[in-house]
Amino acid sequence: MVVRALRDEGVKYIYGYPGGALLHVYDALFQQEDVQHILVRHEQAATHMADAYARATGKAGVALVTSGPGATNAVTGIATAFTDSIPMVVITGQVMSHLIGEDAFQETDMLGISRPIVKHNFSVQRAEDIPATIKKAFYIAQSGRPGPVVVDIPKDMTTPTDRFPYEYPKSVKLRSYNPISRGHSGQIRKAVDMLLQARRPVIYSGGGIVIGDASAELTELAQLLNFPVTNTLMGLGGYPGTDRQFVGMLGMHGSYEANMAMHHADLILAVGARFDDRVTNATDKFCPTARIIHIDIDPASISKTIRADVPIVGPSKVVLEEMVGLVKESSKKPDAQALDSWWKQIDEWRGRHGGHYRTDDSELMKPQQVIEMLSKVTNGDAYVCSDVGQHQMFAAQYYKFNKPNRWINSGGLGTMGFGLPAAMGVKMNFPDADVACVTGEGSIQMNIQELSTCKQYDLPVKILCLNNQSLGMVRQWQDMNYESRHSQSYMKSLPDFVKLVEAYGHVGMKVDKYADLEGAMREAFALKDRLVFMDIAVDPFEHVYPMQVPRGSMRDMWLSKTERT
Amino acid sequence: MRHIISVLMENEPGALSRVVGLFSQRNYNIESLTVAPTEDSTLSRLTVTTIGDDRVVEQITKQLNKLIDVVKVVDLTEGDHIERELMMIKLKANGQMRAEIKRTCDIFRGQIIDVTPNTYTVQLIGASDKLDAFIASLGNTTSIMEVVRSGVSGIARGEKVLSL
Repeated sequence: MVVRALRDEGVKYIYGYPGGALLHVYDALFQQEDVQHILVRHEQAATHMADAYARATGKAGVALVTSGPGATNAVTGIATAFTDSIPMVVITGQVMSHLIGEDAFQETDMLGISRPIVKHNFSVQRAEDIPATIKKAFYIAQSGRPGPVVVDIPKDMTTPTDRFPYEYPKSVKLRSYNPISRGHSGQIRKAVDMLLQARRPVIYSGGGIVIGDASAELTELAQLLNFPVTNTLMGLGGYPGTDRQFVGMLGMHGSYEANMAMHHADLILAVGARFDDRVTNATDKFCPTARIIHIDIDPASISKTIRADVPIVGPSKVVLEEMVGLVKESSKKPDAQALDSWWKQIDEWRGRHGGHYRTDDSELMKPQQVIEMLSKVTNGDAYVCSDVGQHQMFAAQYYKFNKPNRWINSGGLGTMGFGLPAAMGVKMNFPDADVACVTGEGSIQMNIQELSTCKQYDLPVKILCLNNQSLGMVRQWQDMNYESRHSQSYMKSLPDFVKLVEAYGHVGMKVDKYADLEGAMREAFALKDRLVFMDIAVDPFEHVYPMQVPRGSMRDMWLSKTERT
Repeated sequence: MRHIISVLMENEPGALSRVVGLFSQRNYNIESLTVAPTEDSTLSRLTVTTIGDDRVVEQITKQLNKLIDVVKVVDLTEGDHIERELMMIKLKANGQMRAEIKRTCDIFRGQIIDVTPNTYTVQLIGASDKLDAFIASLGNTTSIMEVVRSGVSGIARGEKVLSL
C-alpha cells in the first residue's frame, strides 16, 4: 500500500536505504516499475536528494529509510529541509507495533526525535490508514509554508499477506489546518499606497519567492515601480541577478550597496523573508528610518524579530499579483524625482565597492575567480548546488542567477555535506541541465561516499572543489576574532582527490593555475556523460567580504582585511 | 505579564507532546498546564499559563496555531475571563491546630475532604492567587505535608466560546 500510494501521488523517484523494518516495502518496490528507488550510500544523502528535487521543482521529494540508525541518519537532512521550508515526505520504518517501547533492535522514537524539525509527523496505527496518511503527508508538506513530514510505519503495518481495501484519496481536508490562500485586501491597499509614496524604497525578498513560485510577480512589481531589489541567501534567483535593479544579496556577507540601501531606506517591502539574524545584524540598530511592509505565508514569521508596520499574511504570489494590479490601476505614480536621486545614491555605493577583490596578493587563484568563471562557462544558467562555508558565500555573491530554483543551498541550517547529494537529486530529475556542485575539501568529505551512487545511476554532475586546505569560514572567524589561532581548522592529510574519484570510476582534474581554469572547466562541462571532480587550489588566506561587524547595524561592514565602513 | 492561553486541539496521541515540546524548544515558560478531553471526545482542551511580554506571547499563540493538531488558540487574559485552580493540601493537624486550620479553611471556603487523627486534607478551588494566599495564611499554624495543584483552567466570561 505504501508503494501504491506513492505511485498514485505521482512520485517518480524515491531515495533511500533498506533495512529490517522496511523489507516488506522493499519487496513491493522490487515488484513494480512505476516508482524508481535510488539506493544511496548513507541516509543523510537520501534526504538531501529528495530535498534538492523539491528545491528545483517545488514538489515534495520522498526519502525512505529504515528504523533506528536509518531514521537517525536522516535527521540532519530533515532539519535542513525544515529550516529552509522545503516540502519533503520522509517515510521511516519502525519496529513491529507490539515491540514499540521495549527497546527492540533498531528501535528509536522517531516521532519524538523528529518532532521539533518537522512540519508534522504521523505514526501509522492501522494498516488501512496508510493511503490516507500518505496523502495527508503530501498535502501538509506542500501547502502553506512548506516543510518536511515524517510518516513512521511499524513493520507489521506492511505485512504483504494482510490485505485491506485500498483507496487513494483525491484530496484531504483537515479541520485543524487551513493554509491561507490570499492576503487581506485592506492591508494590501494600504501597502500599495505606501509603496507609491516611498522616496527611498527597497524590496527585500527571500526563499518564499522561490518556493512560492512568485518570481515573475516580484519582477513585474519591482520593474513597474523602479525599486531596487535585494535577495536573501535563500532568495537568490527570485529576481534576475544581472538586472540593473538588482543590488545583490543582503546581510552578513551581503553587498555593500544592498546593506547601505537597507540601512538608509524609508520603506522596506519584505516578501517571503524572515528577518533572520544573518540578515538583520543587531535588531535594535536595524534600518532606523524604514517603515516595514512584511508579506509572508506564515504569520509567525511576521513581527518575530523585527516589528512590521503593515503585516500581510498570504502566499507571496497571490499578494504580489494583487499589488501589481493595484499599482497599474492607481492614478498615483511613484515619485520619479525621489527615486532618481535614490538610484544615484545606490549607484554611487555600487561604484565604491561593487564586489571588488584583490588578485595580486597571492600566487594562487582566488575562489571568487572560480565562481565568476563558472558563471561565464555556464552562462548563468546552471543549477548550482552548494555546500557550506566560504565557497557557498562566494557562489552566492559571484554567480549571477537569472532564474529561480537554480541556487540550491542549505541556507538556514548550514549543513556541510549537502552539496553533492543535492546536485545528484537535481541531475536525476534534470538530466540535460548543467548541474554543478560548488564545495570545499571540508564539506565534500562529509558525504563523499555518494560518488559511488553517482556511478551506479550515471549522474554526471560537475564538482568544483575550492580547495584551500582549511575550513575556510572557521579560519576566517579565527583570523578576525581569535587573533588567527587556527584551532582545528586546518586539515592535514587530505586525500589525493583525483585518484579518489578515479577509484570511484569518475574523472578527476587538478587545477593549480588560473590560466588553466577556463579550459579545464569547459572540458569538464563538455564531458556530458561523466562525473568530473575539479580539485581547484585556491588562496587559503582569502576572506569573504563584505562582512558585517557583529552587533552593528546593517551598514557596519568590513570591506576588506583593512577597510571598514 | 501572566497570560492564560487556551488551546483546542485534536485528541490524538502525540498532540500534547507537540505543545509541550514547542514551549521547551522555543524557550517559552510554562507556569502551569492542564489538559483533558472535552464534551466532544475527538477534541482536547488545554490551558497553559505562561509569563512573557506581549511580543513573546504573540509568538506563543502564533506558534501554537501552526501546530497541525491545534484547532484554535485564544489568550483568555485579553478579555474578561474566569480562572480556577484546584488544590489539595495535606496538613499536620493535631490538638489546637485542628480548630485553627478549620477556621482558616472556612474563611477560604475550602473543604476538609479527608481526616486522620494527625492530618487534614483540604480541598480549595479558586484563582491561583487565592490558593497562594491560603498557603501563606497558614503561617505557623501547622506544617504542610503535601501540596497538589491542578494547574489553571480558564473560560471566557459572557457568550464568547472556544469551539469548532
